[in-house]
Amino acid sequence: MTTRVEIQTFPDERAIPMGDKPTPGDETVSNYTINFGPQHPAAHGVLRLIMELDGEIVERVDPHVGLLHRGTEKLIEYKTYAQALPYFDRLDYCSPMCMEHSYVLAVEKLMGLEVPLRAQYIRVLMAELTRISNHMLNLGSHIMDVGAMTPNLWLFEVREDTMQLYEAVSGARMHANYFRVGGVHQDIPEIVLAQMSEFLDKRMPLFEDAISLVADNRIFKQRNVDIGVVSKEDALAWGFSGPMIRAAGIPWDLRKSQPYEVYDRMEFDVPVGTKGDCYDRFMVRVEEVRQSARIMRQCLKEMPEGPIGSLDRKVFPPKRGEMKQSMEALIHHFKLYTEGYHVPAGEVYVATESPKGEFGVYLVADGTNKPYRCKIRPTAFSHLQAMDFMMRGHMLADTTAVLSAIDVVFGECDR
Amino acid sequence: MIARTLKAFTLWEFVKAHALTLKYFFKPKATINFPYEKAPQSPRFRGEHVLRRYPNGEERCIACKLCEAICPAQAITIEADPREDGSRRTTRYDIDMVKCIYCGLCQEACPVDAVVQGPNLEFATETREELLYDKAKLLENGDQWEQAIAANLAADAAYR
Repeated sequence: MTTRVEIQTFPDERAIPMGDKPTPGDETVSNYTINFGPQHPAAHGVLRLIMELDGEIVERVDPHVGLLHRGTEKLIEYKTYAQALPYFDRLDYCSPMCMEHSYVLAVEKLMGLEVPLRAQYIRVLMAELTRISNHMLNLGSHIMDVGAMTPNLWLFEVREDTMQLYEAVSGARMHANYFRVGGVHQDIPEIVLAQMSEFLDKRMPLFEDAISLVADNRIFKQRNVDIGVVSKEDALAWGFSGPMIRAAGIPWDLRKSQPYEVYDRMEFDVPVGTKGDCYDRFMVRVEEVRQSARIMRQCLKEMPEGPIGSLDRKVFPPKRGEMKQSMEALIHHFKLYTEGYHVPAGEVYVATESPKGEFGVYLVADGTNKPYRCKIRPTAFSHLQAMDFMMRGHMLADTTAVLSAIDVVFGECDR
Repeated sequence: MIARTLKAFTLWEFVKAHALTLKYFFKPKATINFPYEKAPQSPRFRGEHVLRRYPNGEERCIACKLCEAICPAQAITIEADPREDGSRRTTRYDIDMVKCIYCGLCQEACPVDAVVQGPNLEFATETREELLYDKAKLLENGDQWEQAIAANLAADAAYR
């Protein structure tokens, strides 16, 4: 962290407390301007905050983003629809499958594709597992940013289990590439479904224990209650979504307000906060984890039998066994893995409730096998622009609390 | 009200938290001693690439170039020519492991199960050049990991 000190030599007489004329060596120090990041461990990635400080009080915050810009949107224009999918994992790398979700739903909407029920259940199941995984990381790092160590380690234990489930389902611990246009890549084995319910039964108590260490703790409350308060009006005006808007007291959840997949069949509550401070955001996420576990249990219980992908062979590749036996299936396989499928011209915006908020994909198709334009609506971007008024008047040390309560991940914010 | 004051003065939440952490202190450790102990791995794991052979020693790859076509990172380069016996084979099969994003699309695309992402994840090297794999290296990997890969493919066969 570099520090720049502006030194003024006795601007006016009143500034010198002694009343005497300033002697050589006397200095009046005006506002500090410091860089928070881009290499700060509590900046949650490559965020650079230019902060103007009056002593320890934050006067102004200027977030500089774009340090992790990789040109994903442009890159996607040069990939077929199937090839673009792995790039979505790399947007919000803490909740990869939720990123894929918006994209596959957008393509399916353009094509008017029916997704089999089992695939929809699997997607909801995995999206909720992703939500748990994401919140474990965020809650843990939030706790650690305000000074506690143990709960973070315990929550990472839970997260490790979600990663292993991820790996058993998709083959990768993070960059899953699992959701496909028309369904999901592979069916989940029975044994992994059993492991999931075991995870929910055995690991949720550890999560509750970890949260019980801090939820009532007076130090934790002092660091979070009344920090970074956002009113309902501000939350709406600044385009908040996800836990940020719910903590401000607005029960806005895309899973409830515009249900996609099978969320309309699921029973779950939307937690809302009352004050809109960091503590509310923390507790909203805690409750969301419980609700996600509830949705996962329902999915596991109601999971229907059936295909896991569309039976339209012009879009969804055949199973390997079939591909090796049938000439027609082999032709479909070759077509799909070289040219891909053509998506009818049109434009569509699809948003899903990712763990961090509304994650949207705006897709323009021109009838070829590649998207004409793919605009990604990140969640963290609109939250970050509120940093300035959220931080104003708070202490420097509160920056980390506000920042981790935003739950910002730069892969997604900078795209 | 009285209970709250009492709790505040006795530092009740700290006492409770200490008791809980003490309980966890005596529980088995969650950490593993990595190079000697390893976390469980599923048959679907997507690690280092290999090129497989048939049991008679013939290489599987028929140079259809599906993997080259689907690779989103364009990490695969293939050149093909008919061999002396007239069968179509690759003369060059390079995977740039630095470009590769381990998405698994190549092994999905392969119609003969030739290129497979095996269970190996410990292939760090000292120089970048060592990660530019050529055909010989990939076939050597295949020979080394064939047993594990065949077992994994068999275990997951019902879902593929």
